[in-house]
Amino acid sequence: MNSAAFVLIAILILAAALAAATLQKLMHATLSFAVALVGVAALFFLMGAEFVGLVLVFVYIGAVAVLIVFTILLTRRDVGKDQGVNWLGALLAIAVFGGLTWAVLKTQSVAIAAPHIRALTVKRIGEALMTSYVWPLQCVGLLLTAALIGALVLVIEEKRN
Amino acid sequence: MSKFADQIFVNAKQWLLSWLTTAPGWLVQIASALLNICTLLAVFLTMFALMSVLERKILGRIQNRYGPNRVGPFGLLQPVADGIKMLIKEDIVPARADKVVHFLAPILIAATAILALGIIPYGRNMTPFTIDGGILFFFAIGSTTELAIFMAGWGSNNKFSILGAMRAIAQMISYELPLIITVLPVVMIAGSLTPDRIVAAQAGYTLGVVPRWFAFTPWGATAFLLFFISGLVESNRTPFDVPEGESEIVAGHMTEYSGFKYATFFMAEYIGMFAITGLGATLFLGGWHSPVQALEFIPSYVWFFAKLSALLFVYVWLRGTLPRTRIDQIMNFAWKFMLPMSFTCVIATAVWHYAGRGLRGWLWSLAVIAIVYTVLSMLLDTQRKFAPRVYRFAE
Repeated sequence: MNSAAFVLIAILILAAALAAATLQKLMHATLSFAVALVGVAALFFLMGAEFVGLVLVFVYIGAVAVLIVFTILLTRRDVGKDQGVNWLGALLAIAVFGGLTWAVLKTQSVAIAAPHIRALTVKRIGEALMTSYVWPLQCVGLLLTAALIGALVLVIEEKRN
Repeated sequence: MSKFADQIFVNAKQWLLSWLTTAPGWLVQIASALLNICTLLAVFLTMFALMSVLERKILGRIQNRYGPNRVGPFGLLQPVADGIKMLIKEDIVPARADKVVHFLAPILIAATAILALGIIPYGRNMTPFTIDGGILFFFAIGSTTELAIFMAGWGSNNKFSILGAMRAIAQMISYELPLIITVLPVVMIAGSLTPDRIVAAQAGYTLGVVPRWFAFTPWGATAFLLFFISGLVESNRTPFDVPEGESEIVAGHMTEYSGFKYATFFMAEYIGMFAITGLGATLFLGGWHSPVQALEFIPSYVWFFAKLSALLFVYVWLRGTLPRTRIDQIMNFAWKFMLPMSFTCVIATAVWHYAGRGLRGWLWSLAVIAIVYTVLSMLLDTQRKFAPRVYRFAE
C-alpha cells in the first residue's frame, strides 16, 4: 500500500512541478508550486516524519506561498505576459538536476527502511532542540528577530509634520 | 450503564468493522477512516444547518423580533428551504474571472475547514484522526485558508474581491501569532502536542469541587480570552468582519460568488467556527470532562457538545451586540495588546509551574499578569488621546 501511495504522490509532485515551470500565468504557476509542496509534505507523512511534514505545510504554504503571491500581485502590472524560454534558467535547472543525480548515484547504498529506528516524535525533536542544539536554535532565533526588525525599519514611513 | 452510553459510538464502529475481519489490513484501515469521515461530516453538516437557523432566531431575540418561524415547527426547517434555494440558484461566473482559480477557491476553503475538525477529541476514545502533533496539524491546515481566500479574491478579478481578500489575509496573519502563542502555555503544561493528552492533563478535581481545567488558572483564563478573541478574528466574525463589511466592499472575497459556491463559503465559515471553538474547549475547558464530579455519568460527548454550544452562543451574542471595528483598530489591538499579553501568558505559566502548581503558583502568576496588564494599558492609554484620525493615503 505504501509503494502505491508513493507512486501516486510522486506523480502528483512531478505534475505540479511541471505545471509550475510551464504555465503561462505566473499566479497559476505559484499555485501549482503550492500543490507540489503539499505533495512533498505528504511524502514526509508517508515516511512517518509527521512533524517535518506539518512544518512544511505551515511555513511553505501558510507563509512562503502567500508571500510569493503577494509579491507578484504588488510588483507587476502585466501578470500573464511571460512567454518565451528563459535559457539561463533552463541551464541552471539542468545543472542542478545533473549535480543531484551525480550525488545520488555516488552515494553508497543504505538500507532504506531500517527496522529499529524509533519513531520521530515531536517530543524527541523538542528534546534535541532544547539540549544538544540549543545554541544553534538561539542563533537562528536572533537572526530571524533581526531580519524582522530590519524589514520593519525598511518598510515604515515616519510621518513627520 | 453509563459506561455503555459513553462508549456506544466507539462500540458501534468496532461492530461495523468486525464484518471485515477476513479482509486485508489496508481495507480495514480505509473503511475505518471512511466511517470516521462520514460521521464527522454528518454531525457537523447537521450542526451547521441547526446553527444557521438558531443564530437567526437568537439574533432576532436580541433585536426584539421573531426571526424565522414560518417553515416547519418553530422555523426549524428553514435551513432545508435555504439549501434548496441555494442549489437551484443560477451560478454566475464573471467573464473576466480566472475560471479555474475561481472554481477551486470555495472547494479548498471548505476542505481545509473540514480537515481541521479531524483532530479534536469529541469524547472518550473519540478522536477521528489521532496524530502525534495534532495541535500543529490544526494550525498548519488553518494557515492554508489564507491561500484559499487569496484565490477567491484574485480569481474573481474584481476590486472589491481583492480588497476583501487583502483585508482578510492581513488580519488573519496578524492574529495567527497570538492564537498560536496562547496555545503554547497549554502545550508547556501538558507536555504534549496531542489533543488527547491535553484533555487527559485536565482530568480530576481540586478539593473534589473545582475541575482542573486550564481555564481556572490565571494564565489559563487570560490565554483562553486571548484565544477566543483571535478565534473570532480567524473565523471573520463580528466584530472583526471587515473583510466582508457589506457597507464598504459588498461582500469582500465572496462578492463574485453566487448560488451553491456562496453557500460553500458560508458553510466553511461556520465549520471553521466549530473547529476553533472545539479546539478552545479542548485546550482550556477540559475537553470532554464533566464540570461537576457528581455528573460524570453523563456521556463524555454530551459534555463536549454542551461546551461547544455555549461558546457558539457567545459568538452569536457578540454578533448581536457589538458594532464592527475599523481595520486599523484591529491591527493596533493585535500588535500592541494581544501579542504582549500572550507572551505574558507564557511567562506566567512558567511562574505557575516553578512555584509548585498550587495556591502559591496561582497567586504569583496572577500577579505577573496583573502587573503586565496594568503597565501595558497605562502605556497604551498615555500614547493615544482622542484625536481626529490621520489618513496616510487619502485626503
